[in-house]
Amino acid sequence: MQPLEALTRDARALANGEIVLSAPETEVARQMQICNACRYCEGFCAVFPAMTRRLEFGKADIHFLANLCHSCGACLHACQYAPPHEFAVNVPQAMAQVRGQTYADYAWPPALGQLYQRQGLTLSLALAAGLALFLVLAVVLHGQGLAALGSTPVGGFYGIFPHNLLVGLFAPVFLLATLALALGVRRFWRDVTPATSGAPLSTPAAAEATDAVLRLKYLDGGHGDGCNNEDDAFTLSRRRFHHLTFYGFMLCFAATSVATVYHYLLGQSAPYELPSLPKLLGAAGGMSLALGTAGLWRLNLRRHPLHGDAAQKPMDRGFIALLFLTATSGLALWLVRVTPGTPALALLLCLHLGAVMALFATLPYGKFAHGIFRTAALLRHAVEKRQPNPIGLGAD
Amino acid sequence: MSPDVLVIGGGNAALCAALMAREAGASVLLLESAPRAWRGGNSAHTRNLRCMHDAPQDVLVEAYPEEEYWQDLLKVTGGLTNEHLARLVIRASSTCRDWMRSHGVHFQPPLSGALHVARTNAFFMGGGKALVNAYYRSAEKLGVEVRYEAPVDRIEIENGRFIAAHCTVNGKSERITAKTCVLAAGGFESNREWLREAWGQNERGEWPSDNFLIRGTAYNKGVLLKHLLEDHGADRIGDPTQAHMVAIDARAPLYDGGICTRIDCVSLGVVVNREAERFYDEGEDFWPKRYAIWGRLVAQQPGQIGYSIIDSKAIGRFMPPVFPGVKADSLPELAQKLGLDVDTFVRTLGSYNAACRVGRFDHTALDDCHTEGVTPAKTHWARPIDTAPFHGYALKPGVTFTYLGLHTDDTAAVRFNNEPSDNLFVAGEMMAGNVLGKGYTAGVGMSIGTAFGRIAGTNAARAALASKRPPAPMNKAPTAMKNEPSTLVTSCTALPPEGVRFALGRPGGKTGANHAAA
Repeated sequence: MQPLEALTRDARALANGEIVLSAPETEVARQMQICNACRYCEGFCAVFPAMTRRLEFGKADIHFLANLCHSCGACLHACQYAPPHEFAVNVPQAMAQVRGQTYADYAWPPALGQLYQRQGLTLSLALAAGLALFLVLAVVLHGQGLAALGSTPVGGFYGIFPHNLLVGLFAPVFLLATLALALGVRRFWRDVTPATSGAPLSTPAAAEATDAVLRLKYLDGGHGDGCNNEDDAFTLSRRRFHHLTFYGFMLCFAATSVATVYHYLLGQSAPYELPSLPKLLGAAGGMSLALGTAGLWRLNLRRHPLHGDAAQKPMDRGFIALLFLTATSGLALWLVRVTPGTPALALLLCLHLGAVMALFATLPYGKFAHGIFRTAALLRHAVEKRQPNPIGLGAD
Repeated sequence: MSPDVLVIGGGNAALCAALMAREAGASVLLLESAPRAWRGGNSAHTRNLRCMHDAPQDVLVEAYPEEEYWQDLLKVTGGLTNEHLARLVIRASSTCRDWMRSHGVHFQPPLSGALHVARTNAFFMGGGKALVNAYYRSAEKLGVEVRYEAPVDRIEIENGRFIAAHCTVNGKSERITAKTCVLAAGGFESNREWLREAWGQNERGEWPSDNFLIRGTAYNKGVLLKHLLEDHGADRIGDPTQAHMVAIDARAPLYDGGICTRIDCVSLGVVVNREAERFYDEGEDFWPKRYAIWGRLVAQQPGQIGYSIIDSKAIGRFMPPVFPGVKADSLPELAQKLGLDVDTFVRTLGSYNAACRVGRFDHTALDDCHTEGVTPAKTHWARPIDTAPFHGYALKPGVTFTYLGLHTDDTAAVRFNNEPSDNLFVAGEMMAGNVLGKGYTAGVGMSIGTAFGRIAGTNAARAALASKRPPAPMNKAPTAMKNEPSTLVTSCTALPPEGVRFALGRPGGKTGANHAAA
């Protein structure tokens, strides 16, 4: 009967215009009440200092704090109230569950927020669709049937897929993904701003938040020894592999951007050979991304079972795997291309382009969103901490 | 394999002893009675270390000289302390932090809401459990063998010498011999029967301790303490009713409520008992200097319960409590909700409100807001409780740790008939009563545990290694150490030279462990 009572209560509250907290949100509010009376973890990260500026935790506060949390695990292992204590405080897990809700609630268009719930399926379908798209295109474009996949056409990649076709396919998907993420995070920003002093973003605040993002400051444990992974020991490996992943991704992105400039402004079309800038960036980025995602995968498998939200493991691992596939298929493509007479070029190209397409298409509906929402939360935190503390406690 | 040094206990003092003994080259076995998830005893609930320092030191601001620390300790214990041992602890607190850091302990600036101890206390980043985790990791890395769920029920002692410990593992008793042993198994605060026996029955026919909550571990049953005192006649120190006891939320769990169950609004309002009467000056001194007496004050009230009453002016001025308070729009309604007699409550609050002489309210100073013509007086921060909504929190005594312990000296040796044992040492709550006869001041428990844990570990290793090999030139002969307690301390604490000088040079050293005052 309890679920029915809860539903009735929620329905009544909704009818009265009250904000109803979801189960994960309620759990964060409960745990924050305990943490706020303890505060031992204040030195670890930004979440706890932000918490001490509050006495109550409303919906916006909860989503702000949840996205500020980097799931480093330090507060769980240090917690005197962690399970098996009856208070069962597990802040990283509670926060992770709310983050899952943030991504879904703020997805644009809203209907696609559901994709977060079935990440394994979403990513496999996206990958299969991407792959199928390019395989079919390759076959259809060259009129040789399946033989097209085994051939090495004249003109390299563009011999298989013309440049303009690729631009025509990727540009809209990428732009749509960017738009979806931007609209989602804009709504998040609008909801969280009043709960975080309402003050506008200042340059020092933006600089501090940028620094925290680019250095992954909050995976350093507050003392520089790093965060937790499989146990209470601190490790810098999560931070380092994330750096390899992030900067690898950015290098690949830079390689594509530079190549676009080469193509349109300098009239030099791909493929680019070493030591050209696009090739250098792409090779370094691809290797960094492959290494980083391999490391993160291994760490994820070994992660302490109490860390994070088990329901989001498919999302985490799916995203890591897709990035890894994108990076390694790209590197393989390079190797195949410089090895004359390899028949798999077209097939490999389809695989790579399919992976990139799946990655782009799912950016706003998968793990990638964590970076966007966390950056927004860090920016709001940097703004809020510069305002006078609304609670007079610090002075006492 | 029989270890050189057996450490019984798994909290801060035990770990300090194990680490020091291992660093000195001894093989060490540590027996923790709790399962791994609950390891560390009360240390897992601690948050800082009270530290002497003559100049600003990383997270510590200004200075906290030895004399001031000693005066603070003298004040809170009302003289029930041993000056020599207290000063030993104080001096050790000024030099131990580098060693703690070398074993992975991190310090952080004071927590928000705890700025008043920024000068005197160094906070552990993440609190005591993070410290305990760091020590266990370091111990395991150094090769200390650790066994969980290994409670020791009794030990064999012959002529004041430790022979073996009997420990129950998986229902099977096991006899463990070792050359030396450190006892660091905590007080008896979670032994309900013993608390009942110690506190007895009061004039109202109540058994006060039945209403006590235990802020810390459920595993401090005092089994070994009782065994040593009763079966082996070890020299004792302290009064079994003395303890670090604070007033905590009456809804806190029976064990392990820890820091968050504290109610920190006492000095901002009034406290009444079950009869709705006030019983003590709520504004006597700053709360951090008074929180430790309120557990006892509440324990002396009927039903061992008190009610901290504030109005909306106090909200946001104290650490937010873990459970929401009882809230009401009027004082009679609050009394009713708290189950107090409405008329008496309204009369008590009325006469308090009328007695308030409000000057310039300043919670950060001993301000001039006080009462006149009401008993008991409220000497600071007295403002009428008149602004709705009103909040009430029921308070119960929360025991942190008990002070009854084993009498020891500056070598941390357990003593029998006033003779120190050659190979049995004690540290932590089991001997804290030597320094703390009563009262408490934040962070001093960890100072005592760290200082004596390290001394006990060093001396245990030294005694074990001396018995193992013929005296090498670098090792002093054990007989020489035995008769020179001060040499032993200084050579055994492994403090840097200045620590040695302090311990040797100050004349305050009464080697006997009589309390400075009765």
